Amino acid sequence: MRLTKRFFAHFVLLLASAFFLIPFLWLLSTSLKPLEQIFSFPPEWIPDPVQWSNYADAVNYIPFFQYLSNTLVITLLSVLGVLISCPLVAYSFAKLEWKGRNVLFAITIAVMMIPAQVTMVPLFMLFKSWGWVGTGLPLIVPQLFGVPFYIFLLRQFFMGLPDALRDAARIDGANEFRIYWQVMLPLAKPALLAVGLFQFIGSWTDFLGPLLYLTDPNSYTLSLGLQQFQNQRGSEWGLLMAVSTLMTLPIIVMFFFLQRTFIQGITFTGVKQ
Amino acid sequence: MSTKVNVETKRGRAIPGRAIKRKQLTGWLFVSPWILGLLLFYAYPLFSSIYYSFTSYSILREGRWVGFQNYTDLFKDDLFWTSIGNTVYFAVLYVPVSIFLGIALAMLLNMNVKGMSVYRTIFFLPTLVPQVAMAVLWMWLLNPSFGLINAMLAFVGIDGPPWLGSEAWSKPSIIFMSLWGMGQAVVIYLAGLGDIPKDYYDAAEVDGAGWWKKTLNVTMPLLTPVIFFNLVMGLIGAFQQFTLPYTLTQGTGSPANSLTFYVMYLYDNAFKYFNMGYASAMAWILFVGIMSLTAIVFLTSKHWVHYQGK
Repeated sequence: MRLTKRFFAHFVLLLASAFFLIPFLWLLSTSLKPLEQIFSFPPEWIPDPVQWSNYADAVNYIPFFQYLSNTLVITLLSVLGVLISCPLVAYSFAKLEWKGRNVLFAITIAVMMIPAQVTMVPLFMLFKSWGWVGTGLPLIVPQLFGVPFYIFLLRQFFMGLPDALRDAARIDGANEFRIYWQVMLPLAKPALLAVGLFQFIGSWTDFLGPLLYLTDPNSYTLSLGLQQFQNQRGSEWGLLMAVSTLMTLPIIVMFFFLQRTFIQGITFTGVKQ
Repeated sequence: MSTKVNVETKRGRAIPGRAIKRKQLTGWLFVSPWILGLLLFYAYPLFSSIYYSFTSYSILREGRWVGFQNYTDLFKDDLFWTSIGNTVYFAVLYVPVSIFLGIALAMLLNMNVKGMSVYRTIFFLPTLVPQVAMAVLWMWLLNPSFGLINAMLAFVGIDGPPWLGSEAWSKPSIIFMSLWGMGQAVVIYLAGLGDIPKDYYDAAEVDGAGWWKKTLNVTMPLLTPVIFFNLVMGLIGAFQQFTLPYTLTQGTGSPANSLTFYVMYLYDNAFKYFNMGYASAMAWILFVGIMSLTAIVFLTSKHWVHYQGK
């Protein structure tokens, strides 16, 4: 009885794994195939010969490194922005006592529910009046002022840290900023990493933001570049798959190395085991 | 919304007035960047978009007050209704199916099967694929003549549908793709299952409950807060569908507008035709729609969501 249950579980899990994994492997396989093999029927799994030149061709066909550096600049500055602002705000919500704290936190949670598309048009007009359309600033600056979801996550994490730490440092005469900077922030590393990773993935894969604000092709990010590329190279599946792989790979590598810390950093209850 | 915040009340301790003032100031100082951000990037755009929605506003010309005209025009606009229909179709199918499958997979993983971490990683991998790359990949997989999916179907003797090429199959294609990227929900359910105390199951077993009874009386009730979270997030996400259909169809929503989703049509109105007022009216209808849905979920939640130990 037990055995059949386990067997059944594995069977379903393997089936699900196939669904999640096969498209992925197909992406890699197609990215390494010569053109005539791509259109072979029935489809073949193993590229023959393995055509590494797809990658070189794809990178040369679009200004890949230009797009990559544009994407990196926007992504890294956004990550830096959220890591400066969000923990500071979250700490105030979690560990400092002040009037209006709970009301403001409730508003912050409510704001999380507003879809970005609702504020898209007025924000565009606002940035236009500042002369920011056509630059990366609208994709970077707002993060410096805090992002509700990250504030929420970091607050939950700070709530889980013992108050005794703060109180002891207070007795030692440390001011609040020093307590935050030297005692609490180092302890929140897993949560900081989780938030940083979320923002990295968010900026790296963002499409609508760059579509609105990056009007000059020289400032395109990889998302926009890939879309252009797709329009022009409708049948060059090998090259398209190569660029898609290049865009996906860094995120996967990062996730692999950071996943344990990442999972530790996410807490909804504010109580960490 | 039950966000319980533990406020420390320092009852019975007299704190000198100046210290209180300082404390207040420190708190506000720490939170000040967000207050600015909240006003500038959330509150101001939210309220000015109400104003815009009552004007005839294009990027090129100053706005003119037109009252409810944008709204009445919208209600006469066939494409507006089509885009709502497409979006609701997607939400109604995708949200329940992803909840059901997500829980099922998480429960299987939770049986402590061998290789659980490998399975978990495999399920999560697709969520890391950028949507633009996802669109390219699935266009290729679903290609009617050379795609892998139809080749597999042919292998078992099924004549595959034209997928993205036909009105009937284009939305199911998008649902299929979105389900491929639902690993995040599985991981969240898994975390929720891990939070259920083992003694509950032991107690149920003592009472002679089998697997089915345990699932119904222990797992499901205790998982409801997580289901609730994923339901709200899933609904909000479903109504924001943009990048996938936009990149799949190069912004056209073809075939025959079967992939013109609400936000795509909003985008076209704002940034293709420069009807900022019209687009703002659409944005407000979206906002009110999502808020109402969320409110309904919240209001019903006290009947079906159980919080442990609260």
